[in-house]
Amino acid sequence: MIVFDNVTKYYKSNVGLENVSIRINKGDFVFLVGPSGAGKSTFVKLILKEINADSGSIKIRGNEITTLSNRMVPKLRRNVGIVFQDFRLLPKKTVYENVAFAMEIIHQPRKLIKKYVPQVLSMVGIASKANKYPDELSAGEQQRVAIARAIVNKPRILIADEPTGNLDPDTAWEIMQLLDQINMRGTTILMVTHAKDIVDKMGKRVVAIEKGRIVRDEFGAYGYEEALADLEVFGDDTIQSRRTFRSRFKRGGEEA
Amino acid sequence: MKRFFYTLKQAFLQFLRNFNMSLASIFAITAMLLILSIFFILVINVNTAAQTIQQDYDSIEIFLDDKTTEAQANVIIQDMKQKQGVEDAFYKSREEAMTEFKTRWGENGYLLDSLKDNPLPNSVVIMISDLEAADELAEAAAGYDGVEDVKFYKDTVDKLLNITRFVQIAAIVLMIFLIIVSIVVVSNTIKLTVFNRADEISIMKYVGATNWFIRGPFLVEGIIIGVVSAGISIGLSTLLYKKVVEVLGDQIFSVLSMPMVPVGFLAYNFTWIFLALGISIGACGSIISMRKFLDA
Repeated sequence: MIVFDNVTKYYKSNVGLENVSIRINKGDFVFLVGPSGAGKSTFVKLILKEINADSGSIKIRGNEITTLSNRMVPKLRRNVGIVFQDFRLLPKKTVYENVAFAMEIIHQPRKLIKKYVPQVLSMVGIASKANKYPDELSAGEQQRVAIARAIVNKPRILIADEPTGNLDPDTAWEIMQLLDQINMRGTTILMVTHAKDIVDKMGKRVVAIEKGRIVRDEFGAYGYEEALADLEVFGDDTIQSRRTFRSRFKRGGEEA
Repeated sequence: MKRFFYTLKQAFLQFLRNFNMSLASIFAITAMLLILSIFFILVINVNTAAQTIQQDYDSIEIFLDDKTTEAQANVIIQDMKQKQGVEDAFYKSREEAMTEFKTRWGENGYLLDSLKDNPLPNSVVIMISDLEAADELAEAAAGYDGVEDVKFYKDTVDKLLNITRFVQIAAIVLMIFLIIVSIVVVSNTIKLTVFNRADEISIMKYVGATNWFIRGPFLVEGIIIGVVSAGISIGLSTLLYKKVVEVLGDQIFSVLSMPMVPVGFLAYNFTWIFLALGISIGACGSIISMRKFLDA
């Protein structure tokens, strides 16, 4: 489904990705973890062809995208849904319109839009809020709308960029269950996250990136090293907090 | 077709939602177009003047000796008619010349009545079809027997044509400058509306909208702004010109003995020129302002 082969991307002064090779299969649910600046965003942007790789090959559903012309990029993105941490809903459109918008953009017939949008809204559990505006919804509900918008065109791949970052733990967990459902219907999901507890609980494939390289790729938990690295990046680096962190970590999840 | 209506609807919605912005753009373009129209009025009048001058002066007058008979004059006429660049040649008696003179003097014509003898000579008038050949023709005319003098207003024509050419070029340069300025103004205005909708545009791109799909409504919005400005400018400049003709037309006629370009003709030309300009300014402005947002 997604195959990176020796992909390298440098920015002006620092590394984006270096010799990254990975294969994500159809129907996989993959967590992409690592400290800020590790290369997670680069990874996502390369899949969406927001940026171009310096070298290497990227195949999406068997099609090489590094050589794809700019004109074909919209076609590529129609096969990749995306959900953001900050939802990015259009504030002046209702829930229904926000989702329908994604179908209008690719010129779906109105009949199909009328039929399919309510289905998707009820699937993500917000059918009753169809006529509300985003600012009338809770954060979790907004993220459901964003997910509905991302999947309404039935993409084969769904990228979720820290979808639970702005949500409280309970709501986050609900969103994860929703993503899991979507995954079970056959959509490949790539989720970028810092949420250790979620990764641990889900028990899916975890790919850890650090300084532009894949340092770990296995099923299971978030991994202690990555959690620690997160802590450093977030600036909470006193000995005391390291200690409490370590004990909390040991209690919370299994060590990788 | 459905896409077309979608684009149109979105464009009108944008236009209305950003009404203040649209108004600012319209104001700016209208101002530009009005300034343009002043130059345009100038150029088109100068052009007509140049044409009139050319028509008035595209003749050589050969003044004949008093001894020269009309028969001899006819020989000259026949001979000149053979030459290239000559459209027509005819005899003008001193009496005809005097009548013409009197008409030109108008109310003051009676002064000429006090002359005892008609001081004007008989002449042959040669109408030139090709101004380039005028010099040679004038020289040739001077060579005939019985010719006293040859009058050709080449210098005057050249000077006037130089001035008109200068005015034309200056006006065109200024017009191009103004057009560029208005494109910049419009593109900046539209850029502000694009900024407002940067989120929407990025979402559209993520969902897989093509660049033209995103650009379409903005393009049409620009065109709407352009058309509205053109409409206002056409109305205002026509009205303005009508007033100018009313106030100055007679005076200009009496000084330069030629009429100003008629209002109807100008209004007709304003209509299509301003529409074309308004539409292209609006369209260019919106495309330029969108470029950065559609890059990635």
